[in-house]
Amino acid sequence: MTNDKLILTPYLTPDLVQLNLTVGDWEAAIRAGGQLLLNAGKCTTVYVDAMVKAVHELGPYIALAPGLALAHARPEDGVLALGFSLVTLDPAIAFGSEANDPIEVMICFCAPDSESHISILEALAVRLRDLELQQRLRQAETIAEALSAFEGVADEKESP
Amino acid sequence: MKRPRIMAVCGFGLGTSLVLKMTLDEVLAQHGVTAEVFCSDMDTALGQTYDLVVTSRELAQRFMDGPQPVIVVDNFLSTAEIEKNVLPAVLDLIAH
Repeated sequence: MTNDKLILTPYLTPDLVQLNLTVGDWEAAIRAGGQLLLNAGKCTTVYVDAMVKAVHELGPYIALAPGLALAHARPEDGVLALGFSLVTLDPAIAFGSEANDPIEVMICFCAPDSESHISILEALAVRLRDLELQQRLRQAETIAEALSAFEGVADEKESP
Repeated sequence: MKRPRIMAVCGFGLGTSLVLKMTLDEVLAQHGVTAEVFCSDMDTALGQTYDLVVTSRELAQRFMDGPQPVIVVDNFLSTAEIEKNVLPAVLDLIAH
């Protein structure tokens, strides 16, 4: 995979990042990530509700790796444009996932179809596989620090 | 079986299952194993044709009654976990 940084740059913008957010539960966490997408004009409130509803209905499968969750809903649930948001949680929040709680880093995305998000999600996943990157995100105090954590991660670097 | 069909399942078939497919594709490629990995959402998954299901702990129970093997993956980003838990099942399908 090449030019990951270039792929991510238009999407990982400061207005779509919120760090060290303190919330009471997983639902508030998802709503916060959704609010960033909403504020950026990427989706409607319907979409934020749909992301929450998905977890109520299907369970906390969105917690896909230790400390990491990926929240989203369907393209037809009120998506206006392709968007990604990044929220770090302090303290970490239980999503109800036996394997991956508590969640410290959450990514929300909204995609207008089933294809357009794939290359960006791949680029994000390749980077998030790096445990050092996850650590840097958790420790980031400023949005600039969080965004720079995504730079300088070798594309071919493997997780242990 | 020459080319098993492996179904990665998540709620909508376009987020977490896509990440799982990526990691699985990478492990299969590293080991020179040919298999078809595709994503599915919970609504249509049971109607698909597949030889093996990979999904999260929370969703796996919905497939336990089916004839095909179901493998739970806890860390969708971990090539090590997929090598250990999923790869042997894929190799087993190819061998039979």
